[in-house]
Amino acid sequence: MTSSTETLRRTPLYALHLELGAKMVPFAGYEMPVQYPAGVLKEHLHTREKAGLFDVSHMGQAFLSGDTAALERVTPADVSGLKEGMQRYGLLLTDAGTIKDDFMFARLTGEADLYLVVNAGTKEGDFEYIAEKLKGVATLTPRLDRALLALQGPKAAEVLERHSPGISQLTFMKIVRTTVAGAPAIISRTGYTGEDGFEISIEGADAQKVARALLKEVEVLPIGLGARDSLRLEAGLCLYGHDMDDSIDPAEAALMWSIGKRRREAKDFPAADKIMANAPAKKRVGIRPEGRAPAREGTEIADKTGRIIGKVTSGGFGPSLNAPLAMGYVEAAFAADGTPLDLMVRGKPLPALVTAMPFVPHTYCR
Amino acid sequence: MSEVRYTDQHEWIRLDGDEATVGITKYAAEALGDVVFVELPASGKAVSAGGEAAVVESVKAASDIYAPAGGTVTSANSALEAAPSKVNEDPEGEGWFFKLKLSNKDEFAKLMDAAAYAKFLESL
Repeated sequence: MTSSTETLRRTPLYALHLELGAKMVPFAGYEMPVQYPAGVLKEHLHTREKAGLFDVSHMGQAFLSGDTAALERVTPADVSGLKEGMQRYGLLLTDAGTIKDDFMFARLTGEADLYLVVNAGTKEGDFEYIAEKLKGVATLTPRLDRALLALQGPKAAEVLERHSPGISQLTFMKIVRTTVAGAPAIISRTGYTGEDGFEISIEGADAQKVARALLKEVEVLPIGLGARDSLRLEAGLCLYGHDMDDSIDPAEAALMWSIGKRRREAKDFPAADKIMANAPAKKRVGIRPEGRAPAREGTEIADKTGRIIGKVTSGGFGPSLNAPLAMGYVEAAFAADGTPLDLMVRGKPLPALVTAMPFVPHTYCR
Repeated sequence: MSEVRYTDQHEWIRLDGDEATVGITKYAAEALGDVVFVELPASGKAVSAGGEAAVVESVKAASDIYAPAGGTVTSANSALEAAPSKVNEDPEGEGWFFKLKLSNKDEFAKLMDAAAYAKFLESL
């Protein structure tokens, strides 16, 4: 957590957030908008219905040059097999095979370098770690000067097309170097909401111009971190530091799908034998509490005899689900969909069911 | 004739004869954001001044609601169970939480009146 005495960094859109009436909070060392005057509920629903613009410039962007395949030393994802124009999700692993972070990496068409985006709160550590592990073979260049916007929702493609002609042709997990509102940009058809949408990397100096152009569109509202969290939770997407950390391995986190096929066969990543056995003692699951009371992060999970079998790692209320929802870890025997559990909310057992994720279907443009 | 007092935790309490009604102030409702769930006390529950009496949950977080004065809960606003958004729409009216029979009216008298609460808000 960030203490109030620490100097907080600001993204290039700080002044715009204030102008839009945002409530600013410390997050990952930055002063970030948690919500705008519309409020979390409306911002969330608007994103699912039309389009929302998020400032995610706090996230860590970097380029990796040299022997980029060496990135496989720190991730079990298939890096060398990534085709041009594609982006992929990967886990950054410790030497013990636990999760140091999750990140996106992309190979832009006609370019030798890889483009990386890591989490905001972990970026300095990640960059040091990658640079150290790849020392002498590849060079990592952090680009803290760049801004990152996300435009998410069913109207995102239609809106972005007006400012970046042709962009709607891009499909899910593809990435391209293009322009938006006249500014050079790297745009991928990805996001963190479960909705169709884009992530737009631009020079910090162009951020205001691009954000203002997008916000002028009637379909678009600015969306804060509050709704970003409720959207990603409904989409069943993990938040690093909450739903996984360096005490958790990919099997426990139910992220085995992020390990490339070639990598599974070669077992050439940290703790591969243990991870590939895929027989974790505990497992990440989705949970739907009965009734309307949310179970927050840290809530203990009990079996029906009252024995504690796990803990909630993300929990709240899903505006689109119009119901509470949670993610957490339970002993493997309780991880099957439909397993009844109790969530210990304020000392009382709150009945709940293990539920398949996503809670709200993804609407990616595949 | 009724009198309304306020706490520094942003609850209001309105006294009508022996019975007091408790809710959260407009300031608190705005600070919480969209309320999605309210846990109300059962009738007959004894509460002490400053003690936890109810819970309000927004999309973001859970917050405790404290009893401004001690007493026994006589009823709760069950309409909030189906329509928790009433807390945002009308926090100092239809969005009330529970009613209390006060055990000691002096506790009520010691709370801030509207003018004092307004001054308190300015100091925040």
